[in-house]
Amino acid sequence: MKKYLGPLNKENPILVQTLGVCSALAVTAQLKPAVVMALSVTVVCAMANLIISLLRNTIPPRIRIIVQLLVVSTLVIMVDQVLQAVVYDISRLLSVFVGLIITNCIIMGRLEAFALSHKPLPSFVDGVMNGLGYGLVLVAIAFFREFLGSGTLWNYPIIPASFYEAGYLNNGLMILPPMALILAGVFVWIQNAKKDRVK
Amino acid sequence: MRELIDIFVRSVFIDNMIFAYFLGMCSYLAVSKNVKTAFGLGLAVCFVLAVTVPVNYLIDKYLLQRGALIWIHKTFSEVDLSYLSLIIFIAVIAGMVQLLEMVIEKISPVLYQSLGIFLPLIAVNCAILGASLFMQERHFPSVAHSFSYAIGSGAGWLLAIVAFAAIRERLKYSDIPKPLQGNGIAYIITGLLGLGFMAFLGI
Repeated sequence: MKKYLGPLNKENPILVQTLGVCSALAVTAQLKPAVVMALSVTVVCAMANLIISLLRNTIPPRIRIIVQLLVVSTLVIMVDQVLQAVVYDISRLLSVFVGLIITNCIIMGRLEAFALSHKPLPSFVDGVMNGLGYGLVLVAIAFFREFLGSGTLWNYPIIPASFYEAGYLNNGLMILPPMALILAGVFVWIQNAKKDRVK
Repeated sequence: MRELIDIFVRSVFIDNMIFAYFLGMCSYLAVSKNVKTAFGLGLAVCFVLAVTVPVNYLIDKYLLQRGALIWIHKTFSEVDLSYLSLIIFIAVIAGMVQLLEMVIEKISPVLYQSLGIFLPLIAVNCAILGASLFMQERHFPSVAHSFSYAIGSGAGWLLAIVAFAAIRERLKYSDIPKPLQGNGIAYIITGLLGLGFMAFLGI
């Protein structure tokens, strides 16, 4: 059990293994797209792990990367179509970043490191957990960026209007893309500091 | 001509792949330990972008877009294959990278020595697929525009990784709090560089 909970904390894909940063940070200016993105990655990661694990004995090792890419991109196309049908405005907002789930290193990394050598059920759980670990960081960053940058959460205003009348201003810097990186850096810092203390 | 230069400058500085969209971060963080290898990877990325984006542009324009198949027969004018673009683009990129690797190995063993090790890494670099997807989204009027965009994005990526590698070489000698060393400081420096690049927005 412990093995599967690793990705949520000690082996977090973004904070510790630095995988999948690429598509992660650009979608974190608001909470809503970040949650949708996290769910999409979790679904793709879990399903890809399951499928590759089922096929693991039949894929010739030489062409495994291409097979993996095909499986992942088929899943991503399906997720993209579902998003366009169900939450159209958010899928506009995420634009190319849904497509970029294909080249998300977390998914390829888990397929290579786990699904190719494990049974289907553990692989599925591993995929879910890694997706959630990734989503956790995404949502945490989005929480701070939306709260400090726009004074809202999930598009609902959180900071009362009387604050603004008293001279409170939103921190416009938080909306800019570089702040996502700096926040991620701070999270890594906290994570490492915690780890050192546990040792 | 002016338009092409505009697109180029824009994609190098303002829409920089790393600082504005965080694409290709994985290899950016992994291969920036020293300037020389960073430069090699950057060149390889430029090269692959310059080949794959125009190819994907043509495929998108003449095969995938709504009504693109009209050159075959009038009855195809309503066919819309754009949902297939993800899988086609990634296949083109993976195939191109494989092909380039073989061609370079045959033609120029010296270049292969310097680029070769990076080429397989590039097939799964988000910046490559990202450039193709952005290209599709922006509806460039001609192949030349998409080529200029590809070269510009590649140059921007190269600039970013070389600058970052140079900073990182110096960083070895500075006194950073222990938990922040490694990835933590790497993220923060990239963020600061990105803030610097935001200044180009005014151009």
